[in-house]
Amino acid sequence: MSQTFEPKILAFLCNWCAYAGADLAGVSRFQYPSTIRVIRTMCSGRVDPSHVVEGLKSGFDGVFVFG
Amino acid sequence: MNEKKASQPVTGAVMVVGGGIAGVQSALDLAESGYFVYLVENSSAIGGVMAQLDKTFPTNDCSMCILSPKLVEGGRHLNVQLMTLCEVESLEGEAGNFTVTVKENPRYISMDKCIACGVCAEKCPKKVEDSFDERLGPRKAAYVKYPQAVPLKYAIDADNCIYFKNGKCRACEKFCPADAVEFDQKPQTHTLQVGSVILAPGFKAFSPEVYDTYGFGKYPNVITSMQFERILSASGPYEGHLVRPSDKTEPKKIAWLQCVGSRDIHHGAHGYCSGVCCMYAIKEAVIAKEHSKEGLDTAIFFMDMRTYGKDFERYYNRAKEETGVRFIRSRIHSIVNDPHTDDLILEYVDESGQISSEVFNMVVLSIGLEISDEMKNMAEKIGVKLDLDGFAETSAFQPVSTSRDGVYVCGAFSGPKDIPYSVMEASAASAASAALLSTARGSLTQEKTYPAEEDVEKEEPRVGVFVCHCGINIGSVVDVPSVKDYARNLPNVAFVEENLFTCSQDTQQVIRDAIREHRLNRVVVAACTPRTHEPLFQETIREAGLNRYLFELANIRDQDSWVHQAEPEKATAKAKDLVRMAVAKVALLEPIERLRVDLNQDGLVIGGGVAGMSAALNLADQGFKIYLVEEKSELGGHALKVQKSCKGEEVPAFVKGMVERVENHANIEVLKGTRVNDVSGFVGQFKTSVQSNGTPRELDHGVAIIATGAHSLKPDLYLYGQNDRVTRWHELEEKFDEDPGKLEEAEAVAFIQCVGSREPERPYCSKICCTASVQQALELKTRKPDLDVYILYRDMRTYGAREDLYKKAREQGVLFIRFAQDEKPQLEAVKEGGREKLQITVKDHILGRPIKINVDYLNLATALIPRGQEEMAKFFKVPLNNDGFFLEAHMKLRPVDFATDGVFIAGLAHYPKPLEESIAQAQAAAARAASVLAKPYVEVEPVVSLVDQDLCIGCGLCEASCPFGAIRLHKVTGRGYRAETIAASCKGCGVCAAACPKKAIDMMHFRDRQICAAIRAGGARQ
Repeated sequence: MSQTFEPKILAFLCNWCAYAGADLAGVSRFQYPSTIRVIRTMCSGRVDPSHVVEGLKSGFDGVFVFG
Repeated sequence: MNEKKASQPVTGAVMVVGGGIAGVQSALDLAESGYFVYLVENSSAIGGVMAQLDKTFPTNDCSMCILSPKLVEGGRHLNVQLMTLCEVESLEGEAGNFTVTVKENPRYISMDKCIACGVCAEKCPKKVEDSFDERLGPRKAAYVKYPQAVPLKYAIDADNCIYFKNGKCRACEKFCPADAVEFDQKPQTHTLQVGSVILAPGFKAFSPEVYDTYGFGKYPNVITSMQFERILSASGPYEGHLVRPSDKTEPKKIAWLQCVGSRDIHHGAHGYCSGVCCMYAIKEAVIAKEHSKEGLDTAIFFMDMRTYGKDFERYYNRAKEETGVRFIRSRIHSIVNDPHTDDLILEYVDESGQISSEVFNMVVLSIGLEISDEMKNMAEKIGVKLDLDGFAETSAFQPVSTSRDGVYVCGAFSGPKDIPYSVMEASAASAASAALLSTARGSLTQEKTYPAEEDVEKEEPRVGVFVCHCGINIGSVVDVPSVKDYARNLPNVAFVEENLFTCSQDTQQVIRDAIREHRLNRVVVAACTPRTHEPLFQETIREAGLNRYLFELANIRDQDSWVHQAEPEKATAKAKDLVRMAVAKVALLEPIERLRVDLNQDGLVIGGGVAGMSAALNLADQGFKIYLVEEKSELGGHALKVQKSCKGEEVPAFVKGMVERVENHANIEVLKGTRVNDVSGFVGQFKTSVQSNGTPRELDHGVAIIATGAHSLKPDLYLYGQNDRVTRWHELEEKFDEDPGKLEEAEAVAFIQCVGSREPERPYCSKICCTASVQQALELKTRKPDLDVYILYRDMRTYGAREDLYKKAREQGVLFIRFAQDEKPQLEAVKEGGREKLQITVKDHILGRPIKINVDYLNLATALIPRGQEEMAKFFKVPLNNDGFFLEAHMKLRPVDFATDGVFIAGLAHYPKPLEESIAQAQAAAARAASVLAKPYVEVEPVVSLVDQDLCIGCGLCEASCPFGAIRLHKVTGRGYRAETIAASCKGCGVCAAACPKKAIDMMHFRDRQICAAIRAGGARQ
């Protein structure tokens, strides 16, 4: 185990709000941990429970759905 | 609405002056309806004042977030030509055929070459006060107006540039990597041929320097409301930290002073009400409290709280009761600055007559709206008349027509107004233009042509990956060459390339060549965000013969290099992951055909009041066939009872003329005595069953406009219905008209406001009643000057130019008595000297004690209420708000649309509003409807749901969960029910797919297997 645990996070972001928010964070140069991987969906409602399970099975330590 | 059709051929192009939200909306409506648009803006970028705002009332939406998509759309529309840094010099010719001369000022940076990398601004040594940040912070002389500017091109401010001042510097030119700086640019003159002109130059915020007792400019912590917007904004001078200018500490107490520059005839201020300040002050106070970690105290000093719009009163109530904003009814005379702390001392008399003194850390002046001298000059050059306050002169019956034929107006240039009403007028102005120019529709617009699409479905995926440096934006953090080399070895990748700017014009050619040369059938660009750039690259690959949907963007800038600037290695690792995920997904993407749904070009308008008739007439003038359905046996609706518009024009003659035009219009079929029984179908193909005077009939139509109106409350209060001296709305006028002797005999008349409005059971303002009662009072005073007239009110809401009526009424001796919600007037029938009278007991707000007034008649301004809208809402699958009015798609930017495509709203059914606003909204609805009807088919985004008919069990969960009415059950013989997608209505959100218990629904372009491939690729440990 490494000294600091850096969880790898899978994020589902709604195209219309959260994904736009993540872009705005970029435009504003807000710095945040680099271990997040984003998948854009047309709505957070698209995210099926099986996608969350798939994420965890694929080695992500956490999944967050934002919309 | 009585637009003359030009008899000679007309020009199918329109010039829109002003690139704020109103101008952009007009431009988009027209471009979508078959007209070419020149969008003329005098600054370096479109966006206007809305781009400067932090949040918008009453939804607290982020202003920039909702505006930006419209700006991008305006910026890249094939039929909109943006003309920035341009001003109109002259307008010649006549309606239908104008010649405009436009002067283009130099930008000194080539629009074609600028790649918006920002190096010029970084290297420019000259700091200038940033007017976009309301002079709270600096920008450079080489600058971009704001980060999301459209067009995103830098400019050099020659007034401040060192080179232009003393001939030396040229740092920007030296460092610009694209060789885009052009110091030798000269002003240019353009001549444009247009059929009509729409003026949307907006307004100027009032400069409060003229109030010397407020110390603006002298006391550092006295700021304007516009400055406060910038302070709250995350992209503002303090990066969204709520601190005061003097010492950058967080304020504990902030005061807002209302009516600065408005409702004031002194000081070079304005007599009119600016209409928006009450709401924005409440919003600023609410948002400020959200920003502040520890209990910020906020106080708003006001005269009348004018929260008259849709959902405004609720917002006010919440601010007062839940957020704890203090509201103090007092006009502040002066501000005293404490020189040691720069705190500000306010002295005021509160409602109880108590003198108080309070110290605030910051004071915000709620400045009004006015017309600048530049705008007045522009109006003179174009030849349109302005009113005494400097606003463009319009009639209540033609709210978007100026004094010059063929020149229309929208937004705050014709009077103070908020964003939704400006957007409404913008669409209305485009409708008026379209009616004038309908014979030239489509004559100047272009439609793009493409090569035939390659059939790639049977081929193995061959992916091309293009990794962008974005100048230094990506390349300075992410190791682009290493990402490129990494991509080369990913499965299915056949070609890789890195570009300085993947979005530049020449790279598009590189991509097209690579597709052909390397037989690529899928493309990944690793660059910025798909929200702005996906359409550009989709267009590029389509031009090379690939289907648009065989494309994926990996966002390695906005969501990588920009947010991990201090961790280049981790950012590079993330970029590789994002590229791997994109490649995994793109390999599974399928070509999707754009969906076209047949369109019936007829329209249905429900409701034969002024709103319904206005919408029908405009569409009919544009050449569309319209069914106008009215339940009653005559057209005219509420307006039949109104005598005068707020501008004093005769309403009966106007309505009569309008009814005649409607009944005789070749394109309108009027169905009176007709009820809607059922509606089926969707945009392009609606089918409505009606019962017309007992005969059933089916109407086929492509769009529908709902204009079913509202009713006035018959109250169970103030002896209404028990004493015939108590009347409501126009009943008193009618009484006096029937028997003038009654007015002759009368000694006193009273009006009571807010009867049934602004109450817990109906927490909204009916908007038109203050003006209506004041107008009636003035009319009575004119007919009988010695009559005593009282108006009992809670807040006098004569917003905008209506303030003038209020002022006149006071001058004429109408007595205004304010009462509190919990101290309503009491009414009793009494006898005075043998005559029947009504005795009103009310606590006078100045004396602070009850007074008794005897009057002969009492007229009640009762609430406007919706009735029976639930059925219509169900027919069209559109929502109602808590008060029972129809709820539009977006309260700010889509004021006449519904989330359901092809259905629009106008008039009182949307919310109480005066005649001119109903007409504008109806014309706006017509414009929006025309943008659908103007095309021979409905083109819909093909990212829609897909139902596997074998897996579907017909449970209906999808139908119940769809917010757009875009999936429904249909009967399949022998199998019960199965779900089917209505592609024309589907927005592709995928809620149905997630809701389906049998996994029978998948989403085009976001298929389960495509999402899962991306998940697995992203999770794979390296």
